[in-house]
Amino acid sequence: MAKKKISIALKRGASCVGCDIAVVNFSEHLFDLLKVADIVFSPTLLDVKYEDLRKMPDKSITIGLYHGAVRNSDNEEFAKIMREKCQVLIAYGACAHMGGIPGLANVSNKEKIFKTVYKDTFSTDNPDDIVPLTEWVDKRGHKLTLPEFYDEVYALDDIVDVDYYVPACPPTHDMNMQILSLINDWVEGKRELPPKGTVIAKEKTLCDECPRNPGKEKNIKIEKIRYITEVEADPDKCFLEQGILCLGPATRAGCGAPCIEANMPCRGCMGPTSIVMDQGCSMLSAIASILGISENEIELSEEDIEKFVSQMKDPLGCFYRFSLPKSLLRKAVKDREV
Amino acid sequence: MAKEIMIDPVTRLEGHAKIDVFLDNNGDVEDAYFQIVELRGFEEFCKGRPVEEMPRIVTRLCGVCPWAHHIASSKATDGVYGVKPPSTGLKLRELGYLAHFLESHLEHIYALGPAPDFIVGPDAPPEKRNVFGVIEKVGLDIGKRVIQNRAYAVKIEDMLGGKSTHPVYSIPGGVSHSITEEDRGEILKMGESLVNFCLFTIDVVDKFILKNKKFLDIILSKDIYYHRTNYIGLVDDENKMAIYEGKFRVVNPEGKEILKFKPEDYLKHIAEHVEPWTYLKFPYLKDKGWKGFVDGEESGVMRSAPLGRLNVSEGLKTPRAQEAYERYFEVLGGKPVHNTLAFHWARAIECLYAAERIVELCNDPEITDKKVRNIPDPGEYRGEGISGIEAPRGSLIHHYKADKNGLMTELNLIVATAFNYAGMNMSVKKAAKALIKKGKYDQGILNMIEMAFRAYDPCFSCATHSLPGTMPIMVNIFNEKGKLVDVIKRK
Repeated sequence: MAKKKISIALKRGASCVGCDIAVVNFSEHLFDLLKVADIVFSPTLLDVKYEDLRKMPDKSITIGLYHGAVRNSDNEEFAKIMREKCQVLIAYGACAHMGGIPGLANVSNKEKIFKTVYKDTFSTDNPDDIVPLTEWVDKRGHKLTLPEFYDEVYALDDIVDVDYYVPACPPTHDMNMQILSLINDWVEGKRELPPKGTVIAKEKTLCDECPRNPGKEKNIKIEKIRYITEVEADPDKCFLEQGILCLGPATRAGCGAPCIEANMPCRGCMGPTSIVMDQGCSMLSAIASILGISENEIELSEEDIEKFVSQMKDPLGCFYRFSLPKSLLRKAVKDREV
Repeated sequence: MAKEIMIDPVTRLEGHAKIDVFLDNNGDVEDAYFQIVELRGFEEFCKGRPVEEMPRIVTRLCGVCPWAHHIASSKATDGVYGVKPPSTGLKLRELGYLAHFLESHLEHIYALGPAPDFIVGPDAPPEKRNVFGVIEKVGLDIGKRVIQNRAYAVKIEDMLGGKSTHPVYSIPGGVSHSITEEDRGEILKMGESLVNFCLFTIDVVDKFILKNKKFLDIILSKDIYYHRTNYIGLVDDENKMAIYEGKFRVVNPEGKEILKFKPEDYLKHIAEHVEPWTYLKFPYLKDKGWKGFVDGEESGVMRSAPLGRLNVSEGLKTPRAQEAYERYFEVLGGKPVHNTLAFHWARAIECLYAAERIVELCNDPEITDKKVRNIPDPGEYRGEGISGIEAPRGSLIHHYKADKNGLMTELNLIVATAFNYAGMNMSVKKAAKALIKKGKYDQGILNMIEMAFRAYDPCFSCATHSLPGTMPIMVNIFNEKGKLVDVIKRK
């Protein structure tokens, strides 16, 4: 007997839409998904309306995928509606998972962002200091509204309860296939869904599956941090061994290491493994254990340590590239001094 | 009894864009606004980031055109570091970028834009006006070719960029890796397939659109989809269309060159205007000044992307694309073409150019050279870099300033869609004016307005990722007291 089909809803927040492209890249497998699931709400795929979603009974949608961070009042409103309507809510992609690159805006705030974008940028000509307003009435009395831009960027689970996370920027084809098989097996009663809070990827670090992993027997030791503008990266050798910062040790595996394959170091879009609370701290600790280590490490003075650490350009933007809103820091209250 | 019509294609749903139309006492259109309702603020939060990281941060400006920002960014970082990539590095950047042009344009043609509108037909039921409807109409075999050739473009992006969406390929001084002879052979084969497929695509335009008098009339009509504007685009030394390297050329509505400048000099010629009702700024020609949403020679408004690029150029550098280019102006009555719906045809011609150029590059023995990058010389560090390229959706400018440690201090981005933003507002208003008279309107307005702005393939909006005919458009009719009295929805 045919099983009852499940239903799926897709919704985006503050996103670059790369996650939509990732869903499109289900390609022909999209049809496999449609065998077990009806897509009941997806502005990308279907003619459905905000009102339609709102009218649906609570928990009437089986699975909801939300991608993008929460950056404005619209994003927040829809995150909440998705939570109400979906039995299972999945944070899809790095922005919903951890705030993503838009989350780097937490080094600043609304006032400064507006000043930069609408006043200080080189080509902006704005003598009257106009900025976008949530409510504005033109000279004929026509009222126009805009969503409210928040002071801070939030990950999805800062706003609503989230059941599962699909990391990466954007999620890869293999990761999509993993979700599909989880859903398939669940619909067919072959296995239960994973425990709540599961990040649908691997539980080891990228280094563990990196094609360049030098092996545990080899202790990495670097004297100096190097940048890609200073050196030619050896395409076969571990980046950290070459002194090039790579977030592999602090990043969850499961992406297939496409950046490493293209001869570029990892920047951590998969987020940390589940035993790590703060990705940046985890990376700092990894660096601390390999940087400037020598036989007489114990004799390093404060000054020496300072010297090593100061080689790191922009540790915040590097170690928290995708995870600032979910870090212990969360938000900078004062600009770092350059 | 002023009325407000809110055409809400995407806002409440996508959080990206919405249209408000206001009527006067006679029920005619008084004003129309096309709002962009989102901002992320890259210009602010990229400050303090290492310059060398910029090409892999700014990709997140847009998941649809990450390569455009990736390439523009790396070119700006070349300037900051005072480094020039080796010849092969430049060619590989171009190769990846051409593949992106194809992916982006083909997606628009077959899934989002003209194919569903014209091949399936503007009057077809909405559930048929999508990529599946196109496949039904042209046949499954052809449908498979569409999917396969788009996949080829994505495959080339993957091979070079590591990831097709958010590549990590282009870096200061060149690219991160060379390609092998085996890679070259594979890309060449895919490139040749793409050339044939793009020739076929141009035939499709011919067979299904140009040979259909009704459709040709819609394209050539001056009532709705027509604006006499200035145009901007990148050209090479011979005024042939360029996408990576060249000068910006601006022509007026008569097709006469009024400006030609190096991207580095953009601040002398382009400024941006701010409005309180939208998060996106409006670039305009500084010499003309911002005169509002008007067309004509004296307006600062310019249009960009395929329509603009063909209008400002004196030809394309590959033979078959050149033939297509000549035919385009012949059929549409000479240069410049002001018909907004011609965007689609121009886009198909650019696809052919991109595919032919991929084959050319693959046949260039230098393409497999191992020297793909120059390491910046610290003595050449300039701390400032400006790049201007053509993105699939229009001219694109990245301008970076950095401190002596290579950390960003200031950046300015004029994104492709912004160049057409004023044009889109005008197109929407014109469509609304033509379609709403004395307070009367019907279901047809949805398709017609949708067609007006979709021709631009606007990137800021998920509207572009909706399957045509299923775009969630709705018109809310408000009475003079602001009360909702009627809702027109797509059935």
